[in-house]
Amino acid sequence: MTMIDDLLASQVRIINLGIETFAIELQGLGVPVIHVEWSPPAGGDARKAALLAALADEEEDEA
Amino acid sequence: MTALTLVIKSCYRDSVALLMLARTLRATAGVSEVAALMATDANKALMAQSDLLTSDAAAAGPNDLVVVIRATSAGEAERAVGQAADLLSAARRPAEAGGRPLPRTLESARRHLRGANLALISVPGAFAAAETLKALRGGLHVMLFSDNVPIDDEVALKRLAARKGLLLMGPDCGTAYLGGVPLGFANAVPRGRVGIVAASGTGLQQVAILLAARGEGISHALGVGGRDMSAAVGGLMTLPALRALAADRATELIVVVGKPPDRAVRESVIGTLRELGTPAVLAMLGRGVEPGQDGAITTVTTLEDAATAAIAMLRGKRWSPEATIAMTTEARIEETRKTLTARQRAIRGLYAGGTLAHEAALILESLLGDVSSNLKPGVERRHHIVDLGADEFTVGRAHPMLDPGARIDAIARAAKDPEVAVLLLDVVLGYGVAADPAGDIVPALEAARAEAAAHGRGLAVVTTVVGTRDDPQGLAGQIARLEAAGAWVLPSNAEAVRVAARLATG
Repeated sequence: MTMIDDLLASQVRIINLGIETFAIELQGLGVPVIHVEWSPPAGGDARKAALLAALADEEEDEA
Repeated sequence: MTALTLVIKSCYRDSVALLMLARTLRATAGVSEVAALMATDANKALMAQSDLLTSDAAAAGPNDLVVVIRATSAGEAERAVGQAADLLSAARRPAEAGGRPLPRTLESARRHLRGANLALISVPGAFAAAETLKALRGGLHVMLFSDNVPIDDEVALKRLAARKGLLLMGPDCGTAYLGGVPLGFANAVPRGRVGIVAASGTGLQQVAILLAARGEGISHALGVGGRDMSAAVGGLMTLPALRALAADRATELIVVVGKPPDRAVRESVIGTLRELGTPAVLAMLGRGVEPGQDGAITTVTTLEDAATAAIAMLRGKRWSPEATIAMTTEARIEETRKTLTARQRAIRGLYAGGTLAHEAALILESLLGDVSSNLKPGVERRHHIVDLGADEFTVGRAHPMLDPGARIDAIARAAKDPEVAVLLLDVVLGYGVAADPAGDIVPALEAARAEAAAHGRGLAVVTTVVGTRDDPQGLAGQIARLEAAGAWVLPSNAEAVRVAARLATG
């Protein structure tokens, strides 16, 4: 069984980043969901945020 | 006129929350204009355009929330600013009800929700790739709702997802269903035996609601993003999605919805489907696609045909394309044409759904030629289709399925054109979209018909409602609302387009 097969066979449990109404509606449907109080990282500098994300344990992707 | 500014430092609210705030404030006595935005450079440029960039707003940074209010008197502006501050501090915080503060990062969210398996990401496009990378590295599947993600980032993220065996839906994945759970903009449809792999949102929604109307449900529907089947992305997520649906016990038939894929990707898709042996319908919305059946794979060219072909195959019946117009419809076409002048020959398609706009342009082109759209460059022709969800309309503004403003303006403009015979529209219901999509545009439709009547001509309004009776907005009520405003509501986008074509040409 692949991980995607497993996702389709399981109860979806959701981390919501961004539009909060999605979390509110999922909660209303009884779906396990946690909303992240997200704010733009790196002081709102998207280029810097992308660089930071790419630098963080880059070697992990190669594992 | 006075303009007052409220700046809240280091306070982020998403575009939908800010849209709702601005709408509430606009309805306040004495308030003429409102901007409620994060003070990014792009948003500041927008505020400058509408002359709302006060010096306080100009001095704010990208992580600051800015509300600018223009009102007829200083007192009214002050009251509205006070209301804005109250609304922002009282905003409903889901999950906080349990007494715990909300997590601020993906990593801490995983400690709050044990066994989390999917990140639903709808942050602004510029930050979307970075958050997706974090989620995939953490072993989460991702639905990436955000748009404006560069294709190089998409390819890199999908390669990582594929290496890790994870599903990355999107970018610009508007709709998905996992085990009956609707994600993003999605209608309330029953669970069932049809699995869908779709490039984008409204194409998936149209197929799902047409199946639901005929008693068939969805097992899972996976959105892969509009570019997945391009040569650059190479079906990196389409192929694993097909394999997962074929392995799923609830899925008896797979529908694939998208633009015609790159030739090599198409061969991989067909090869994979043959190998898997699950019957499939390929809805390929593009020029030069020949409908037909090849073994257990049926190719169709409209979303309506995708649904009817799927149902015929599931029920062991023969299928042929549905392009007929009923006798009762013919009679109404003749009646409606009598209200139009000889000059009125043009169709204006004003769409909230991108795939529905694309489908409308394709069908009209095959019936009438002489069609243009904002989906591809070129001069405006007699019949013109506008996708109001395109980037040019959504910078600093929420999607038209939430914010009717751009469509209301477009309806008013079209009504003034003496050559326009038909306004062709979609109204999309479901979770995640506006609470009353029909009600949002009905006043504009009534005003448009009144404007035309004042100039001695009729104006046909032809619509389809993408919804089910179980949707939060209620299908019957939304249809009744549109019909009361003189709109003609048809059961599918394809049928609405066929009727519009007949009205414009006879």
